[in-house]
Amino acid sequence: MGFLPIYVPRELLHAQGVLPVGLMGGRPDLEIIKGDAYYQSYICHLPRSTIELGLNGSYDALDGLIFPAICDVIRNLSGMWQMLFPKVLVHYLDVPQNFDPAIGGAFYRRDLESLSQALAARGARPLTADALRQSIALYNENRRLVRELYALRRREPWKVPTHELYVVLRAALVVPVEESTPMFADYLALTSADRSRRPQDQARVLVTGSFCEQPPLALIKTLERAGCYIVDDDFVQVHRFIRSDIPVDGDPLQSIVNALLTDAVASPTRYIADEVKGADLNQRATDSGAEGVLFCAPSFCDPALLDQPMAVRAVERTAIPWTAFKYAENNGQFQVIREQAGTFADSIKLWSGA
Amino acid sequence: MNYTVGIDLGSTTTKAVVLGEDGAVLGRGITNSRSNYDVACSVALSEALINARFSLIAGQFQSIARDPAQAPALVGALERKFRAEQYRSQLRVLDTELRRFLSRLLTRPPAATGIVDRIAGRMTAEVDALYAEGARRKSDFFRDLAGSRYLALAEEEARATGVSFDLLAGLFDKAILDVENSAEAAGRFDEHAAAALAALPGADPALTTAVARVSALTLDQIGSVGTGYGRQRLPFPEGRIRSEILCHGLGAHAMFPRTRTVLDIGGQDTKAIQVDEQGIVTSFQMNDRCAAGCGRYLGYIADEMSLGLHELGPIASQSSAPVRINSTCTVFAGAELRERLSLGEKREDILAGLHRAIVLRAMSLLARSGGVKDEFTFTGGVARNQAAVAALRTLVEENYGARTVNISEDSIYTGALGAALFALRSAAAA
Amino acid sequence: MSTTPSVTTAAQKDSSQVRQKEMIARHFDRLAAAPDSGARCAYTFVPGNLTELLLSFDVLPVLPEINALQSAMRGKTAEYIAAAEKLGHSEDVCTYVKSDIGMMKSGNIGPTGQRLPTPDLLLLSYTGCFTFMKWFELLREDYHCPVAMLHVPYQADGRITDNMRTYVVDQLKNVVIPKLEEVTGRKYDEDRLRAHLARSAQAEDDLVWVLQSAKNVPSPIDAYFGAVYYVGPIFSAFRGTADAVDYYRELRAEIAERIRQGKGPVTPDGEVERERFRIVVEGPPNWTSFRQFWKMFSDEGAVAVASTYSKVGGVYDLGFRHDPDHPLETLAEYCLGCYTNLSLPTRIDLLTRYLSEYRADGFLINSVKSCNSFSAGQLHILREVEARSGRPGGFIESDLVDPRYFSAANIKNRLESYFQMLDQKRAGAAS
Repeated sequence: MGFLPIYVPRELLHAQGVLPVGLMGGRPDLEIIKGDAYYQSYICHLPRSTIELGLNGSYDALDGLIFPAICDVIRNLSGMWQMLFPKVLVHYLDVPQNFDPAIGGAFYRRDLESLSQALAARGARPLTADALRQSIALYNENRRLVRELYALRRREPWKVPTHELYVVLRAALVVPVEESTPMFADYLALTSADRSRRPQDQARVLVTGSFCEQPPLALIKTLERAGCYIVDDDFVQVHRFIRSDIPVDGDPLQSIVNALLTDAVASPTRYIADEVKGADLNQRATDSGAEGVLFCAPSFCDPALLDQPMAVRAVERTAIPWTAFKYAENNGQFQVIREQAGTFADSIKLWSGA
Repeated sequence: MNYTVGIDLGSTTTKAVVLGEDGAVLGRGITNSRSNYDVACSVALSEALINARFSLIAGQFQSIARDPAQAPALVGALERKFRAEQYRSQLRVLDTELRRFLSRLLTRPPAATGIVDRIAGRMTAEVDALYAEGARRKSDFFRDLAGSRYLALAEEEARATGVSFDLLAGLFDKAILDVENSAEAAGRFDEHAAAALAALPGADPALTTAVARVSALTLDQIGSVGTGYGRQRLPFPEGRIRSEILCHGLGAHAMFPRTRTVLDIGGQDTKAIQVDEQGIVTSFQMNDRCAAGCGRYLGYIADEMSLGLHELGPIASQSSAPVRINSTCTVFAGAELRERLSLGEKREDILAGLHRAIVLRAMSLLARSGGVKDEFTFTGGVARNQAAVAALRTLVEENYGARTVNISEDSIYTGALGAALFALRSAAAA
Repeated sequence: MSTTPSVTTAAQKDSSQVRQKEMIARHFDRLAAAPDSGARCAYTFVPGNLTELLLSFDVLPVLPEINALQSAMRGKTAEYIAAAEKLGHSEDVCTYVKSDIGMMKSGNIGPTGQRLPTPDLLLLSYTGCFTFMKWFELLREDYHCPVAMLHVPYQADGRITDNMRTYVVDQLKNVVIPKLEEVTGRKYDEDRLRAHLARSAQAEDDLVWVLQSAKNVPSPIDAYFGAVYYVGPIFSAFRGTADAVDYYRELRAEIAERIRQGKGPVTPDGEVERERFRIVVEGPPNWTSFRQFWKMFSDEGAVAVASTYSKVGGVYDLGFRHDPDHPLETLAEYCLGCYTNLSLPTRIDLLTRYLSEYRADGFLINSVKSCNSFSAGQLHILREVEARSGRPGGFIESDLVDPRYFSAANIKNRLESYFQMLDQKRAGAAS
């Protein structure tokens, strides 16, 4: 089963013997021939490449797609997919915006149960509590390693260049958890042991806004070459959407539900009821020792761009400087971003040196 | 003799097509669109009528010529002489206007009058060479031809005399408007034809007979329809205006009767049109509000690279490894180009990538309008660009399979032809 | 064949129009007086609005979307949007939001020129539009007032499930009603709610009758531009009021009379005398050039006989009515059923159905930059509806309230081409 950003409970799929495959749009060099025929110029790029890849057969191996509720574009894409690919399973995962276990939780649980039944109806194993507990345990370990990699990057960013980490995270979207966990472990061991990687005079920045349509790898490299250590980000966020381990004891499905209700990151796609907007971002900046915040959102991304003025105000309440730019997954030119990020990094270094 | 005319007022050029009562094309005329739309239309029409008369002369002469095999060449020579005469008469108007504006200048450098004399003299002296057999002209429009020559000569004079080039260039900019905006400047057919005949002494006397017969013909307009980007401002009554979509559909159908899909890439917009077996439009799509991917974009690129628009295609065709260009945003074209050149990418590879990017935009419009059916007719200024055509052929074949791709030499007249056919229908129905 | 000069004749004001104007004026008077009268007010959205519930608590609704479109019609949105963009709001996002924020920062002067009260509650009916959620998060930062979030799930599979209904009812019971009780200091009064709901159903019957009157040939109404006025009261502060019941009864009688006389729709530039094209329209109108836009249709004798925009506040023509016997369930059904909460396949079914039921010549999509809920997928809708109905679709682009995105020449060019194509097809079919 393919799934779109940001988050689906992969444990559930895994427990039924289904391989979750994370779909993140297209590579920058994917030529969009059919996808553009479906979208006006003012709509972001991800759905175009998703349709292009669907129509050119790249997703033929998938039995279906899950569209998590994150914005109106992805929402409507779910209906388009039903029409374009009538034979595959299309599930719109309506992530609750009410975080009361008895209300939003109950709704979400029933939605997950219906997904589970739909999978079973297509030949997946029926869901059992035991299998789900095992899957949760596997994904807990998987997520723990990602957290360790992020922690290592916070401590010694020169050891975990983001353009490398990013590729590892992306690779993990398309292989079984049984393979991605050892891959994370290997990468962690190798890069921790690598003494040739030495610290450089780079500014520590937090990158935010790139939770759905992904920046091209060259953009991440551009930021690093422009003098930034990325010490926190929201790329490929499915790996970190749930912040800590999900309990394996008790009712495992309820644990998955509760994790979303109480332990998910404060994504701009979620309604923030009681906390102060941007508090989570500021906390992450503090925890990662970020010296600057880069608002790095895809063009025409409603959740990121509507959220940004609030997030900017929150950051401005701290002493951390920020800058903002936009991209599309198919950007080919980075000169402007290089200059902007370079100037930003230089000013941070000057400022911290003074 | 009765005729109908269709006029397509585009953002860069105005085209006219004249049809006989049997629906056959008698003549085509084109001129650059200008601030005065009435004049643009009347110039295009008079050019089309001149063209029509030459076709008639050719037909008449062919049957009475002493040596029929030589007849076409002789008519060709006559037309060149005619064009030279026309050009000379426009130069005279230009000269008068230059002097008029010069006399109005408050601070007139003493050397200026002499300069204008010298430039006008040299330009007049060059006319015969400009229209000699086999001579290449960069444009068929007086503004372009006279303009590039005038500015080159003005630059020489400015260097030699110290008189400001800007002053000389400014004079031309004012004077040319009056030349362009008077339909009279191009002169009358019979006068120029007589002068052209006189310039061909010893030619077959039958040619004189043919010219005399055709000059004596009165051409009566029995119907007209206007279309194009500027059609709201055409000097036509509302009932005689048709959308360019309908005209392009019908025009393409007339040129290639098996046409089912039409793509037109013009200066300001791109149109994808589906037509039925009678040339009736069944659906269409136009580019959205930004002009990315239209002909104008290529114009910016040409300017940015200091190339002529017509040079882009041939250079792009030399590419063996086109660069992937993702944006056809006109606003960013310049910056993108400079960055790529600075990265050391080859000019031909960048240009090939740009052509492909434009065609990709057109492909998405085609898909929106209902795809590419057989046969497929490509029209508009960009259809004359070989690199764009090659990219389009490849992409069409990859996405829709084998398709007959029609491109007419006269594709720029497609809209005007459709308009003329609508005019003919109305005239026939009246 | 192009414009026929005398397609419309001079306009007259119907008494329903006068009544509506008075209703709106009274409402804004009450809002302006709220700081003194102590009346509570809640800001909320058109799709999924809970007007009856608010009225049962004597809470006055304020609808920022309506304020934004009214601001656009008064030519104020260019400056409001500029003000919001100066504050860091992206040029890429919804201009309703930016217009509203710009208006708030410019003194919060409403459509009648009176100052709007600050909200006592932001009732976030998160129905059919993701942006709503961000909109009220943004307003909350300025107003520091309570927010009641009502998450209405999406009808992704084209139907309302028990799970969805239960979820919405649970939120009404446990979130929305307690918040209203807290803000007003009153107890929830289900009998009052039922009374309002009964009046809603009455008005809804008449509204549906009015909208379906466009099935007549010629149509007595314009079901897109004209319908904007007809749906006004029921989509905003008046559903469930006696005023609304009276308004729709009167409107219905007026339309019935138009049908009897064989009259066409009334436009601001006069009456459409000759109906040349019957069109179904998808997508919201442009508000900055609303009259000019409408005139591009009426000049050509093009009449909208059905539209989806007139269903954003409820798709009543499919049979839904507020049901006083099941007050919370009916509110849930209502919220779940609004047009922008429908899946794309459902929207395509609806448009296809309209084309045949209203005997339309074709359909037009006005794709607005602001609203991804409407716009994302409209090109797919175009393709599918054309294929299923065999009738031609037209596609134009503009925006809700950003005048920078209304290119009159461009839109007129496309509309004219479209109408001429319809004409030509008809001539071709006749020959």
